[in-house]
Amino acid sequence: MARAVSTRRKWITTIVAWTIGLALFFPILWTFLTSFKTEGEAIATPPSLMFFNWTLENYVEVQARSNYLKYFSNSIIIAVGSTIVGLLIAVPAAWAMAFSPTKRTKEILLWMLSTKMLPAVGVLVPIYLLFRDAGLLDSRIGLVGVLTMVNLPIIVWMLYTYFREIPGEILEAARMDGASLAKEIVYVLTPMALPGIASTMLLNIILAWNEAFWTLNLTASSAAPLTAFIAAYSSPEGLFWAKLSAASTLAVAPILIMGWFSQRQLIRGLTFGAVK
Amino acid sequence: MKLKSVLLGASFLVPCGTAAQAETLTIATVNNGDMIRMQKLSDHFTEKHPDIDLDWVTLEENVLRQRVTTDIATEGGQYDIMTIGAYETPIWAEQDWLAPLDGLGEDYDVDDLLPAVRDALSVDGTLYAAPFYGESAMIMYRTDLFEEAGLEMPDSPTWSFIADAARQITDKENEVYGICLRGKAGWGENMAFVTALANSMGARWFDMDWQPQFDSEEWKNAVQFYVDLMNDAGPPGASSNGFNENLTLFQSGKCGMWIDATVAASFVTNPDESTVADSVGFAQFPTHQDLDNHGNWLWVWSLAIPASSEKIDAAKQFIAWATSKEYTELVASEEGWANVPPGTRTSLYENEEYLEAAPFADETLEAMNAANTTNSSVQEVPYSGGQFVAIPEFQGIGTAVGQQFSAALAGQVSVDQALQSAQQLTEREMTKSGYID
Repeated sequence: MARAVSTRRKWITTIVAWTIGLALFFPILWTFLTSFKTEGEAIATPPSLMFFNWTLENYVEVQARSNYLKYFSNSIIIAVGSTIVGLLIAVPAAWAMAFSPTKRTKEILLWMLSTKMLPAVGVLVPIYLLFRDAGLLDSRIGLVGVLTMVNLPIIVWMLYTYFREIPGEILEAARMDGASLAKEIVYVLTPMALPGIASTMLLNIILAWNEAFWTLNLTASSAAPLTAFIAAYSSPEGLFWAKLSAASTLAVAPILIMGWFSQRQLIRGLTFGAVK
Repeated sequence: MKLKSVLLGASFLVPCGTAAQAETLTIATVNNGDMIRMQKLSDHFTEKHPDIDLDWVTLEENVLRQRVTTDIATEGGQYDIMTIGAYETPIWAEQDWLAPLDGLGEDYDVDDLLPAVRDALSVDGTLYAAPFYGESAMIMYRTDLFEEAGLEMPDSPTWSFIADAARQITDKENEVYGICLRGKAGWGENMAFVTALANSMGARWFDMDWQPQFDSEEWKNAVQFYVDLMNDAGPPGASSNGFNENLTLFQSGKCGMWIDATVAASFVTNPDESTVADSVGFAQFPTHQDLDNHGNWLWVWSLAIPASSEKIDAAKQFIAWATSKEYTELVASEEGWANVPPGTRTSLYENEEYLEAAPFADETLEAMNAANTTNSSVQEVPYSGGQFVAIPEFQGIGTAVGQQFSAALAGQVSVDQALQSAQQLTEREMTKSGYID
């Protein structure tokens, strides 16, 4: 009897999970399908899910009009660059807060998070002027800097949470054995916190990849990433859904594939320390 | 020593290399068919001007507006040519943010520009942006549905005729709606139409002392007429519909009439995109009773040069080419007369080949000529602009008022409540901006 209830619950859970999963995935699937339709079919009502004349013309048009590889390489450089710089700053910062907390540590953490509460557009003009004067407008290095700052609070918070799960005694033991601070972080702390660091890194890459405010406002042509590539295909007058879908599919495909292959690490990292 | 020699050598090479390089113009533009065509054909320009390279930045309209406004206001210098509209041009020119477009060449023929377009892009008689394509508003209607209903569309109908006809041809069971109008909130969306409608009904945004006028009888009549008509004869969910949504509805045969930008005429008559391409007629923007005032809608996508650009001469050369008669002929030879950017030059509307290829050309020209951006209402106004008010505060105010009217259309608030809120918020913003005490 107990087994029957358990099986039913399992079925219900499975169905609910699949329903939520499919609902979340549906917009991506719809975008993917629309990218193979003509503009006329893309707006047809009722819409056709699978039975339409599949065409690659949107991808051909997008390739002809835009240099996808330029946008793609900019996205890679900006996302990976800001993640590396962010981790270099955040690992020591999170270490200090997790293992040498002061009376003000919690306030500092909250203050760091509070910077995320300000709408980005509120600081657009000052940042724009700083970038203009520093000659950083439309430069990848400028975007790496600004995205590092934008995502830093989240990285520090995530790493702080992971580091708190690591017993301080292990680090003390390393210190007793004569490990310097750098060696303690590199050889003792980092290997133990690797799942957490990996998931933080992946999440930060995804956040930086999808960031569409600063990347659109601080670039023109040289440093424009895939967000600008997508923005080029929305039109105020005329049909554009199919071409926009093709551009969107090309833009999200790399990060989707990366997320697919690293989902185990992501889940492991995100649930690290959740169950004791 | 070796490193120093290398660096010294490099420092001599850099200027030499720069001198040999072509000048690169960065052009910010929108993703409209005509603009994309210009990008494709720009090789013809660079072939003639090997010393100039072109770098294109194409963005969605709202992103583009935010992007170029930030850049020009801060003298960021990211762009050498910007695609801007009739709204920005006078405001930016008065701020000295734009380079005057004199000296575009002897054969540019600036007098050939349509007078309404030239006025909209000039300040004190000086042209600050060159028109690439222009549009006004007109009625697009289904001739087959009108025929079935025994109706005949006049060349210049009144609003009462439009309302009666819309209600008569509405067949909600078969998803045919008498009229499709913009309802999506935004200064360039529903407020473009509602302002044009209100202008034609004798309303105005501000009196000569800049006092908002939403508490006037004219505004009440206009907004009540709009909401009642859409409730009776409009499509469901109209408060979410903008240009593209209505285009889709019309092209799929669900609208009996659509009153919107003249540029839509080429889309709805294109058999590749439209299921009703062979049964579309055109008429002028309606008037109200005995008031002789059409909607006065005028929009021009134009090319301008930021005053901070260091490449003004090269930018002028490109603009002169892209907005010239020569470019028009190039498009015609490469892609046919129907694809020529409309609404900028008088000579285009005297060209028999164009008139033959574009059955909506006469109505477009008539609509453009009917636009009066210096006095859009029958009452006296202190501002310029047709479907907008050319003051910097209008983007914010127009969108906030648009949200009120969109809510009234959705039935969330009454027309009176929407007008009252519009009056209050406009008064507040105009007071804050120092127009009124």
